Amino acid sequence: MEWMQILALIAGGMMLFAIWPMYKNWRANPVEAQPGDWSTAVFLLGLVLLFVLLLIWSVQ
Amino acid sequence: MEQRSTHRASVASLSTLETNKVLKNTYMLLAATLGFSALMAGLAMALKVPTGAYLICVIASMVLGMFVLPRTANSGAGLGVIFLVTGLLGFGLGPIVSMYLTFSNGAQLVSTALGGTAVIFLGLAGYAMTSKRDFSFMGGFVAIGMMVMIVGMIANIFLQMPLMAVVISGGIILLMSALILMQIGSIVNGGETNYIMATYSLYLSIFNIFISLLQLLGMFGSDD
Repeated sequence: MEWMQILALIAGGMMLFAIWPMYKNWRANPVEAQPGDWSTAVFLLGLVLLFVLLLIWSVQ
Repeated sequence: MEQRSTHRASVASLSTLETNKVLKNTYMLLAATLGFSALMAGLAMALKVPTGAYLICVIASMVLGMFVLPRTANSGAGLGVIFLVTGLLGFGLGPIVSMYLTFSNGAQLVSTALGGTAVIFLGLAGYAMTSKRDFSFMGGFVAIGMMVMIVGMIANIFLQMPLMAVVISGGIILLMSALILMQIGSIVNGGETNYIMATYSLYLSIFNIFISLLQLLGMFGSDD
């Protein structure tokens, strides 16, 4: 295994370690979505996805 | 009765003032850290730092961000730590940007990734601020999504599958976009009162969106 792969592995492990408190906090205090919350979020993230596709198309 | 409603109104306006102050400080610190980061990236490019420095800088900044920043975020030292963290990440970004600039259309790829990141951030932050919607319900989605992406990233270190790299980059852009909505929504609704931690979260979202977008554009738009 190359040293770059070892460093990437360490970085990945640390990222998991960093996200764990966020996951634990969500499990302890889950926030319920209000009606319409998810549809708004999906719409906004869909716009982001379309914009990214547009950027990819623009550089091809 | 009238006195009580006046008191409630003044408490509400105080809370709005506090929220606006956190938001203003967050944007000012974010602008300063992004500028400092760009300066450090320029320095790394001028010094022709090797690409391997990226991972070393990421690991060092994560150690600082996880163990030092939360302990200093309520004091003046937190400002120094946030500049150290973002400076390190900017320094690590330098060789990556240099690598993309060696492509025949490298300048176009880098400028498109920069512009795209700015549009995504400003659009989402603008929506979260004007709608005042609380996006904290996405916490579980972001946490689990990030875990899946990181496990996929670790697996792809060994598998080296280009399609998996595309899915991971796209997924990270969407998850970081959700994180921007959550963070700005949290500040606007009074959930986040520490502007240093808010800046750190927003900076990481912007950094990850830029890196992932650059990777996607490099994979699909590179002539080399």
